[in-house]
Amino acid sequence: MKQVAQSGTVHDVIVVGSGAGGGTVTKVLADLGVSVLLMEAGPMLTISDLKEHMWPYNVPHRGAGPKGEAYSNRPTGFTYSATYGGAQLPGEPYTVAPGSDFSWFRSRILGGRTNHYGRVTLRFADYDFKPRTRDGLGFDWPISYEDLSPYYDKAERFIGVVGSVENIRSAPDGIFDTPAPLRAHDTLVQRSCAKLDIRAVPARQAVTTSPRNGRPGCHYCGQCGRGCMTASNYASSYVQIFPAMKTGRVQIVANAMARELITDASGKVTAVSYIDKRDGSEKQVRCRTVVLAASACESARLLLNSKSSRHPQGLANSSGKVGRYLMDTVGSSMSAMVPALSGMPHYNSDGYGSHVYVPWWGWDKQQELGFPRGYHIEVGGGYGMPGVGSFTAIVNRTEGYGVKMKQAIRDEYGTTINLSGRGEMIPSEQSYCEIDPEVKDRWGIPVLRFHWAWSDHELNQVRHMQTTFRAILEGLGGQIATGGGRGGGRGGAAADPNRPPISRGGAIIHEVGTVRMGDDPKSSVLNKYCQAHDVKNLFVADAAPFVGNPDKNPTHTIVALAWRTAEYVAEELRKANV
Amino acid sequence: MSEITRRDAVRRLALALTGAGLIDRVAAEEIHALAAQAAAATGGTYTPKTFTPAQFKALERLADIIIPVENGKPGAVSAACPAWIDMISSENDELKASYAKGFGWLDETMKKRGATDFVSASAADQIALVDLIAYRKNASPELTPGIEFFALVRRMTVDAFYTSEVGIKDIDYRGNSPMGLYPAPTEAIAYALKRSPLG
Repeated sequence: MKQVAQSGTVHDVIVVGSGAGGGTVTKVLADLGVSVLLMEAGPMLTISDLKEHMWPYNVPHRGAGPKGEAYSNRPTGFTYSATYGGAQLPGEPYTVAPGSDFSWFRSRILGGRTNHYGRVTLRFADYDFKPRTRDGLGFDWPISYEDLSPYYDKAERFIGVVGSVENIRSAPDGIFDTPAPLRAHDTLVQRSCAKLDIRAVPARQAVTTSPRNGRPGCHYCGQCGRGCMTASNYASSYVQIFPAMKTGRVQIVANAMARELITDASGKVTAVSYIDKRDGSEKQVRCRTVVLAASACESARLLLNSKSSRHPQGLANSSGKVGRYLMDTVGSSMSAMVPALSGMPHYNSDGYGSHVYVPWWGWDKQQELGFPRGYHIEVGGGYGMPGVGSFTAIVNRTEGYGVKMKQAIRDEYGTTINLSGRGEMIPSEQSYCEIDPEVKDRWGIPVLRFHWAWSDHELNQVRHMQTTFRAILEGLGGQIATGGGRGGGRGGAAADPNRPPISRGGAIIHEVGTVRMGDDPKSSVLNKYCQAHDVKNLFVADAAPFVGNPDKNPTHTIVALAWRTAEYVAEELRKANV
Repeated sequence: MSEITRRDAVRRLALALTGAGLIDRVAAEEIHALAAQAAAATGGTYTPKTFTPAQFKALERLADIIIPVENGKPGAVSAACPAWIDMISSENDELKASYAKGFGWLDETMKKRGATDFVSASAADQIALVDLIAYRKNASPELTPGIEFFALVRRMTVDAFYTSEVGIKDIDYRGNSPMGLYPAPTEAIAYALKRSPLG
């Protein structure tokens, strides 16, 4: 029999995963006096490894990838960002069922994807919690906006979110810090939208512009994606976990790949079994309560792999719904060269990334639109730090060489405006993950197999996005350059000319669902506190509990929901209910 | 400023961050200044890792044609673009093969035009050949391999130049510097609105 090293200590709470959900649970529990063992599948984050403020020439490959991947049509990953991860991780495969197209980005680092993510911070609207009641599609959440609103408040006060009060029903206002002013390209987009009767408002980003909890306000270097050395933006690592460690109640086990949850005869979780990646050995840590926050699909995988004679379908899965209703965000984009920006006096346009966005304006016109639900638009532009590939498109178009080519580059630098639609996907029976019966990862842990299908709901939405993008960009005098999903419509999009340019499943990296909440244990896995119907001391605090995936980027709701779950866990521990 | 010193500064900032202290903007500015000074010193003599001395000379000549000195402003050769291309190619077999093929094509073609090879041809002959292979419209069974090769060298030279210190200055990128407040770019906004259909 295999040797499994087991420690004697019984931890109050084990949190599996340290991203937005796990970081929030760790911080909230530590503040409430509960001790936490936090497991992370990647290494500790070392702030000095962040590449913020570095110039391209400070990195040997300058962003072309360590082996010049950019020139071999191979993905360079996020080689310049504060992330350790990607869709391909050595020794950690996943499979995709025939006929499906899905990519699964995984981050392996303390803080997970929050170290590099886009930091778009949007509250769900009241109607987002009751979609089935509204139009008969998808499912209603067991909670309402009123249940979550106080936790959005807490998250915003603690994290710092820039924005402005606008009174738009699809985009509830929060407790906002002062936003930075709009730049030239932001202003053009806002004015062009206004002509179409569409409101563009200051972007809502997880950035503090005033001092907060020992963190200084933003210094506007524009490199949020490389991790923030002054912790002025939000990442669970430096905003929640490092401060929580100072309470003395947090123990971190890095390089720990959770393999299985161990249960006793009463069905409660007693320990987490994990692989110590440093030497491949298997270890166990014991606990009173476990909170899964490993990312939606990893949390589902862990439950499905926790099979025993008592739980033949996997743990907490009497409903058979673990892995079901996987959703991503619908993505499509378009960019244009804008002659009005050519020759403009240069200025520092870095700021904190997006300064303007377009909330969904059609929530009350649903009958006329030809697709359910909606999308918002994120706006890109400005004089970005030059990088590998920044001028490839210009050079391919102008060709030639010498001073003439340089002038073409100069004329076009900073003249591109990009619009990215981020829309709601309706949960379906066709999109889900399950355990692959054959394939295992390098430690012998069975891997996930993905099934994915966009429906006409999403394709029609993308058609509407493309029409709108064109109207906005042409309205400001833009010459349309490209449309496409992320990566120019890579994946299934290019194969069929009648298919609108929709992102491939998983490409927007907003995968949610798979361990959903609900009032009925027969059709859901978790109750309204994200506690498993079947297993009282098992909670889920990432995006797996999501019942739907509104157009709002998921992180803010992950944080709010995790905060609420953590307070409930602390209370149940105090009452000795778990 | 050496990389060690920069690392130490970053570490100090990291300690301040994980410790109880409040970090102010001065610390952030210090980091920016240090990062700016940490430019890699790629000037001086460079020994190619991938290309033969003759191939490297041909690459230098192409880079100089693609981004020449302009009104005294440094071009691709002073920005050490050929060295970066050599370094990246040394780690990528596909690139190595493309360059070997490309250099071979240049020399063969120059031979057919009466020269010994590309490097020893006269500047006028070099430019005459580049004028053919710098445009896709000239595609033909004879020229296409040269056109493809030139497109690769041009793409990589442009990448190398604009990611170098001199290239970033040349394109007049003003960012990557800390600011206490972000000012509204009123002059730029007025310029853009005036020239747009929205003005």
